[in-house]
Amino acid sequence: MNRFAQLLDRLAYEPSRNAKLRLLTDYFGSVADPDRGYALAAITGALSFRHAKAGIIRALIAERTDPMLFELSYDYVGDLSETVALMWPVIPPPPARSVPSPACGGGISAPTLTSVVTTLAALGKSELPAQLAAWLDALNETGRWALLKLVTGALRIGVSARLAKTAVAALGDKEPDEIELVWPGLVPPYTELFAWLEGRAEKPITRDPAPFRPVMLSHAIEESDFASLDPADFVAEWKWDGIRVQAVAGEADGKRVTRLYSRTGEDISGAFPDLTDALDFEGAIDGELLILREGRVQSFNVLQQRLNRKTVNAKLLAEFPAHLRAYDLLVDGADDLREQPFAARRTRLEALIAKLAEPRIDISPLVPFAIWADLTAPRADPASAGAGADAGAVEGVMLKRRDAAYLPGRPKGLWWKWKRDPHVVDAVLMYAQRGHGKRSSFYSDYTFGVWTAGENGDELVPVGKAYFGFTDEELAQIDKFVRNNTVNRFGPVREVTHEADKGLVLEVAFEGLQRSTRHKSGVAMRFPRISRLRWDKPPREADRLETLEKVLNGRALGSVQPSPLEGEGGERSEPGEGSL
Amino acid sequence: MTYLKAMRPEDLLKPMPGGLCSPVGGFHVDPTRAVDKALITHGHSDHARPGHGAVLATQETLDLMRLRYGENFAGTTQAIRYGETLRLGGAEVTFHPAGHVLGSAQICVEAGGTRVVASGDYKDVADPTCVAFELVKCDAFITEATFGLPVFRHGDPNAEIGKLLRSVALFPERAHLVGAYSLGKAQRVIAMIRAAGYDAPIYLHGAMETITRYYVSRGINLGELRAVRDASKAELAGTIALCPPSALQDRWTRRFPDPVSAFASGWMRVRARARQRGVELPLVISDHADWDGLTATVAVTGASQIWVTHGAEEALVHWCTLRGLEARPLGLVGYGEEDETPDGDVSDGSEANTGGLPLPSGER
Ligand SMILES: [Zn+2]
Repeated sequence: MNRFAQLLDRLAYEPSRNAKLRLLTDYFGSVADPDRGYALAAITGALSFRHAKAGIIRALIAERTDPMLFELSYDYVGDLSETVALMWPVIPPPPARSVPSPACGGGISAPTLTSVVTTLAALGKSELPAQLAAWLDALNETGRWALLKLVTGALRIGVSARLAKTAVAALGDKEPDEIELVWPGLVPPYTELFAWLEGRAEKPITRDPAPFRPVMLSHAIEESDFASLDPADFVAEWKWDGIRVQAVAGEADGKRVTRLYSRTGEDISGAFPDLTDALDFEGAIDGELLILREGRVQSFNVLQQRLNRKTVNAKLLAEFPAHLRAYDLLVDGADDLREQPFAARRTRLEALIAKLAEPRIDISPLVPFAIWADLTAPRADPASAGAGADAGAVEGVMLKRRDAAYLPGRPKGLWWKWKRDPHVVDAVLMYAQRGHGKRSSFYSDYTFGVWTAGENGDELVPVGKAYFGFTDEELAQIDKFVRNNTVNRFGPVREVTHEADKGLVLEVAFEGLQRSTRHKSGVAMRFPRISRLRWDKPPREADRLETLEKVLNGRALGSVQPSPLEGEGGERSEPGEGSL
Repeated sequence: MTYLKAMRPEDLLKPMPGGLCSPVGGFHVDPTRAVDKALITHGHSDHARPGHGAVLATQETLDLMRLRYGENFAGTTQAIRYGETLRLGGAEVTFHPAGHVLGSAQICVEAGGTRVVASGDYKDVADPTCVAFELVKCDAFITEATFGLPVFRHGDPNAEIGKLLRSVALFPERAHLVGAYSLGKAQRVIAMIRAAGYDAPIYLHGAMETITRYYVSRGINLGELRAVRDASKAELAGTIALCPPSALQDRWTRRFPDPVSAFASGWMRVRARARQRGVELPLVISDHADWDGLTATVAVTGASQIWVTHGAEEALVHWCTLRGLEARPLGLVGYGEEDETPDGDVSDGSEANTGGLPLPSGER
């Protein structure tokens, strides 16, 4: 347990993905079975035991500490598990020292992660408090913290299942997708998986009737790419602003299994029972998860409201009905179609969707075109090019080669993403905040505003926050500007000069706007980022709030070329990262 | 033979706006404003201030004050050894090791058969860079309470050094920056790193060179030390460097390759506190007694009165009361942990505690 606790402790503070991977791989490579397997299960959320309620932990500490000392401590620490972990009395109490206190309490040997997990799975509810107390007696501060986080189901260490699998894959020089392929057939503590990765056994065989298949991803297209592409080789379809999912249905031992996976292979079925119930076919569909109300696609903002809910109840299902808009068909009955060209798969998909006649599942329509320029109008105005009332949920168009097989990963040249041009405004930098990790010595998070009429003439009102889009060199320039033009400090935040003639104008690009009651300005931006620094422009010439209101009313603003960040950053991260 | 009237502890030492004052001895202990006669427990800037008429302290404390404030930091100075007794006015004064930093002392004031000990800052655990804490029996004990909450248990500092060294081994291409107070903590961390068998050069921020060199001159072996300013970025890969805590978020860190920021402090025990500082590798290493240390010490001094100063006074006073000890908070202002802010860059003042502990933004 102590080694696992050290890992969690370290991961909880580590901001960098690469460093997290290194820590995880080091752990999986140096800890023996079955402990490492249960650690993998804990991190990927594959453990199932009844979680301890906060009340049990409160009662345990109340029996052991003075109430006032507990309250003062809890007030200071702010987190119940952590407070209890830190103030849990060590038995026997340490003598008046000059010797360091022992690493684990009381001389009782600390439990292994395996014994904790297996005991919890078998433990009766009434036996839990005494068992917890015995473990807490035997662990040190970090061990107690990790134990309490584990038993209360609140591990929150910023590691997705995908990241953990990537770390495991690195043990055997494998791709994470190879782990995803065998994962559905495996159970903790995954000894056969580790044996395979370490070259001691054959690859585990998947028997799952509804397994995940690694997803095919696209590249953002650049102006220069078009020269080498022939429009006749491609079809175009709408790119919808939802969540990319894979819907899989199959049968095993006479039982139907239906699953919904995120694009990284996380099983998100639990959050969408309305949709998994509708998967009345055998095969695997690649598509976009959307919320439809009265046949109309809702904005991503609406979808997010469903994602943010912890419990799925009837009210949520009625208010936020889930819908699948199909792009592709990977498996149809017993036929694996992935080797076939897109055009052939599309024909099979059209037939399947028609036969299904399920209102929750439809097909994403193709956008006809002959030359690239034919797509300019649909991208600028999807409504009049077939997207109709759903135009607001169109992110752009996808270009897919007619003859392309369905290949995992991001193969070059087969699928292209051609986004709608982002909106841009010129805004004025108002506040800057320190970044994290590598950026902790830089002011790298920026709040910017636009002009609006105030009581005493024009004033700036904040309209958004951005922390990417700029180059390292630009970051250094802005950081220097912030330090030299600070007018106020609030902890890690600095207010910078923002007057009509003094201040920094930022060209901000964004994907869309929503009305927001949380913001003073009444609007909230989607994917804002800094596209250019306008050192040349005095703040008085920055945009006004009225300009943004025009966007809300459907009129386009000026546009810029797609910024380089769209290659990776434009692709939305999977919903598994904390929101589900 | 005359019988002295039994003195009350308040006659020996009394909290005044400028710090603890001795009416019978005619001196102050660690005064926060300039006085004629000051007795100084140790060299940290919140206890040792410049500008007093006469200063009595250990040789090390006098030397450290001279290094920090210059030759003319006081009108006159006098050095006193541990265990040596001096008569000042109507009181006898003895200095005893406090185990906090090099030269740190508890000051015992005795008159008319009554004994009061002002312990300054202290810790009751091993430290290779200073003389160990000595227990002094007394009637009234004045204790600090920097870590005066039961959640502060510092644990084994060598395990924290182990954590640092494992990280250095796991990330050989990155530099490890350890924030540490430049008087005491930095040298103790270096000595512990050496004791753990790490013998590569250790790099120092400019602000800690003088004091560290002084420690070495007092016979404390810290191995090979180099100045960060003389090193290239590439050379700093895989190394350990020490700097004042405020430098961790400073532009200064940009000279290191992908630095891991560590911070050696008792505050690192609380996660919200470590996160507030943006620390990636918190190291729980403290030069102050933790809760177990404070309560154990208070209990064995034999004192019937416990006066609690700087830190979480409330919890420790409550604990004493539960034990049937008469206890009160002194409410002295001006003491906390020292923290250097060379460029004034750290504006949140999170280290400069005056009075109560600041609340971290919790998730409660
Ligand atoms: Zn001190």
